[in-house]
Amino acid sequence: MIRIVDVHHTYLAGTPMATEALRGISLEIPDGQRLGLIGPTGSGKSTLVQTFNALIRPTRGRVEVDGVDIFAPEVQQRRIRQRVALLFQYPEYQLFEETVLEDVAFGPRNLGLPPDEARARAAEALRLVGLDPAVFGPRSPFALSGGEMRRVALAGVLAMEPQTLILDEPTAGLDPQGKAELLDLVEALHRRRGLTLVLITHNMDEVARLTERVVVLAAGQVVMDGPTREVFARADELVALDLDIPQPAQVLRGLRRRGLAVRVDALTVAEARDEILRVLGTPPAPGEEAR
Amino acid sequence: MVGPNGSGKSTLARCLNALLRPTAGRVVVDGLDTRDPETVWAVRQRVGLVFQNPDNQLVATVVEEDVAFGPENLGLPPAEIRRRVDEALRVVEMLPYRRHAPHLLSGGQKQRVAIAGILAMRPQCIVLDEATAMLDPRGRAEVLATVRRLREAAGIAVVHITHHMEEAVRADRVVVLDGGRIARAGPPREVFADPEALRRLRLVPPPVLELGWALRAAGVALDGPPLTVEELVAALAAAAERAGRAPA
Repeated sequence: MIRIVDVHHTYLAGTPMATEALRGISLEIPDGQRLGLIGPTGSGKSTLVQTFNALIRPTRGRVEVDGVDIFAPEVQQRRIRQRVALLFQYPEYQLFEETVLEDVAFGPRNLGLPPDEARARAAEALRLVGLDPAVFGPRSPFALSGGEMRRVALAGVLAMEPQTLILDEPTAGLDPQGKAELLDLVEALHRRRGLTLVLITHNMDEVARLTERVVVLAAGQVVMDGPTREVFARADELVALDLDIPQPAQVLRGLRRRGLAVRVDALTVAEARDEILRVLGTPPAPGEEAR
Repeated sequence: MVGPNGSGKSTLARCLNALLRPTAGRVVVDGLDTRDPETVWAVRQRVGLVFQNPDNQLVATVVEEDVAFGPENLGLPPAEIRRRVDEALRVVEMLPYRRHAPHLLSGGQKQRVAIAGILAMRPQCIVLDEATAMLDPRGRAEVLATVRRLREAAGIAVVHITHHMEEAVRADRVVVLDGGRIARAGPPREVFADPEALRRLRLVPPPVLELGWALRAAGVALDGPPLTVEELVAALAAAAERAGRAPA
């Protein structure tokens, strides 16, 4: 469980360029939760998640992982980063080793695991992201496609066997199929391993599909926090923050504006279809109802 | 222009302004054959390329100097350069930033400055190679609005390479590349009419298209087919009226 209490962060504090990125954020993320973190550019999303694993030390406030204050002097922050792993934006730019296997084994080696064990973990992590270690392990990371490189980077954090996985814009720049594959993969990791997920993205259809709770940041503060469906039902407030809502919900809102008595809180295509069919008086075919 | 990674989109884009020359076949720009080395600069003046990463295509330390880079290379007189730079920055709505440092701009602003640098060359065609892929929704909207203005006001042809199908549906014409070949081409309404064909081409439709298809499959007659949220809303409102479900 991650718990943060009244966290503030100011970049370049004490200089004329000082910028207050986080202004008093408190949040609890229980184990196994799938949390979407959304907000306009500059709202503090990336800064906030970097306090979760001690990459940024907040200028004020407290961050706890499993009840431990991660900035206490006796805490090894390397251990915290093993438990709370962060996949940065465009992580493929950070690949650097000669082979895929060595790149993925870098983290476990840094944890102090013997080389053989580090490689075994790397091979396992590659399998998890759907890359056969026998085929991809010996290759140069720079000879892979964009989607493959992104998965190698993800394998690199999974090889640390974290409890929490933070993904900062994980699908940015991928082609549509690469996006769909990565999201399927993340969903499967959560299902099979019970990983806590924190997803930062501007793509609200991805948030609708992958998360159960949404936290909205604006100007360094939490302005909304609730179940995904409830947050997206507050569409006017989201739009005022320059944020989108999922497309199926946009269609329903458009119909409502034209005077049709539709519910507007559908998140997926199937839910929106059934709601529209209901209002049009065309019942869904048997077995076709949204789950 | 759409298609999965590796389908040849960027290679084709680079052939359009002689950054690459085809190993076979011809690329002719305004009567100029790119195989002729003498034509290179004339071709690049006519066809400008904007790349994906906003951080590595601006070269100068001040916005207006960056935009002036091309016209200066054309050897134009200073007064003409000044006029072109101001005009280009006005079109992309970046004139107030003309003395700013590019590295302090947002991604969308950087891409608009890159577009201004091409406009200052008075091109016939501008090619955006996934120029919106790294931008946030606001930056994307800024760049897309700029591109629309170029087409409508200045009559410049736009080749927009994108993975965002919701951008592609707004084009006059869509070309789908697959494995280095044109797999489909036509108006968006035709190209995006067939879900199965899109899936075979590994294109993932935006949710609004899927919703339209799902409703048609369930027997709702929709005019169109609708390609955008607004079109689907309008088509459904019409269907509701036909079904006698419209509000009084």
